[in-house]
Amino acid sequence: MKWIINALKGFWTILRRPSKAAVGIVLFMGFAGGLIFWGAFNTGMEATNTEEFCSGCHAPIVAEIQETIHYANRSGVRAICSDCHVPHAWTDKIVRKVQASKELFAYFVTQTINTPEKFKERRAHLAEREWARLKKNDSLECRNCHNFDYMDFSEQSPRSVRQHSTALASGDNTCVDCHKGIAHKLPDMHKVDGWQ
Amino acid sequence: MKKSILLTLSITLTLISGFAVSEERGIGGVESLRGTAELEATRVADPMKKVPRDQVDIESSYVFQPPLIPHHIRSYEVSLNANKCLSCHGWKNAKQMGATKISVTHFTNRNDEVLADVSPRRYFCLQCHVTQADAKPLVGNSFERVKSLQ
Repeated sequence: MKWIINALKGFWTILRRPSKAAVGIVLFMGFAGGLIFWGAFNTGMEATNTEEFCSGCHAPIVAEIQETIHYANRSGVRAICSDCHVPHAWTDKIVRKVQASKELFAYFVTQTINTPEKFKERRAHLAEREWARLKKNDSLECRNCHNFDYMDFSEQSPRSVRQHSTALASGDNTCVDCHKGIAHKLPDMHKVDGWQ
Repeated sequence: MKKSILLTLSITLTLISGFAVSEERGIGGVESLRGTAELEATRVADPMKKVPRDQVDIESSYVFQPPLIPHHIRSYEVSLNANKCLSCHGWKNAKQMGATKISVTHFTNRNDEVLADVSPRRYFCLQCHVTQADAKPLVGNSFERVKSLQ
C-alpha cells in the first residue's frame, strides 16, 4: 500500500517540477500522445459500430435485415446497423453511445432481452423507443442518404409521389411515420397510427 | 431338353429387357417443361422473375376472381403482429391512400355473420391475392374470359 502512495507522490513531483527537456520536445510529446489517444479512442468506438459487435447481443434482429432492400439489392449499396441507429455527427454519436451504456446494463445485469422469448416480449418497447428517437430528430439517419431535395418524383411510383409531395414536403410527417419495419420485423401494430 | 430351352429363353428375355431398361433409364429421351436434364442431375435454375414496381390494374378473368396485386410487395409484412396490406387497403385508410378497398365479403365469417372488422379467415391476403410477374406462359392455352367480363 505504501509503495503505491510513494509512486503517486513521485509522479506528482515529476508533474510539479519544471521539465528539463526543451519546450519543443514537451509540446511534441503532448501532440504525439494526444494523437495516439484520439486515434485509439475513435478506433475503439468505430469497432462498436460493426455488425459483428451488434450481433453479440442483437443476433436475431441483425439476421432480419438480410432479406430487406437495405441489405440485399441490385446496386450493392448496404446500410448496416450503425448507419441507421447511430448518429453520424460526432457529438450526437457520443451522446448516443453514452445512452447505450445503459442498454449494456439492461442486457448484462437486469437481462431484459437475453433470450429470444424475452426479446420478443420487449420488441414493441424497443421499437417504440427507436421510432420516437427518429421522429424527434426528423429521421436524421434516413436523411443521411435519402435527401428530400434530391428526390426525383418522376422516377417515383404514383403512390410514393402522392405521399412525398404532400405530407413529407410540408414537414407534417417524417420518414419513420410511414416507413416502419423497413429493416426489421414489426411488433404488434394494432394500436399504431396508420395501421390496423 | 425342355429345361434347357426354358433356361435359354429366360436368359435371352432377361438380356433383352436389361437392354431395354438401360435404353429408357432416366427421362428416356422425353423432353418436358424441365427440359432435357436427367432426373438425377440438378438443372441450372431459371432466372428469377421480377415483379414490376407498378403496373396497370390487371383485369379479372372470371367472376369472383380475387383481384391480382398490381404492384410489388417486397418486405410487406403480413403476420400476427402487422398487416401491411390493410394499412392501405383497409377501409380506414383506403380513401386517403388512394387504394382499392377490400371487399365487404371480407367482413363475413363462415356462418355468413357480418363482423365489425376483417374476418380472421380473410386476414392473410396472399392466400388469394398474388402479384404478377411478366412471365411467358409455360404452355399455350385457349382460355377466354367469360362473356360478361370481355
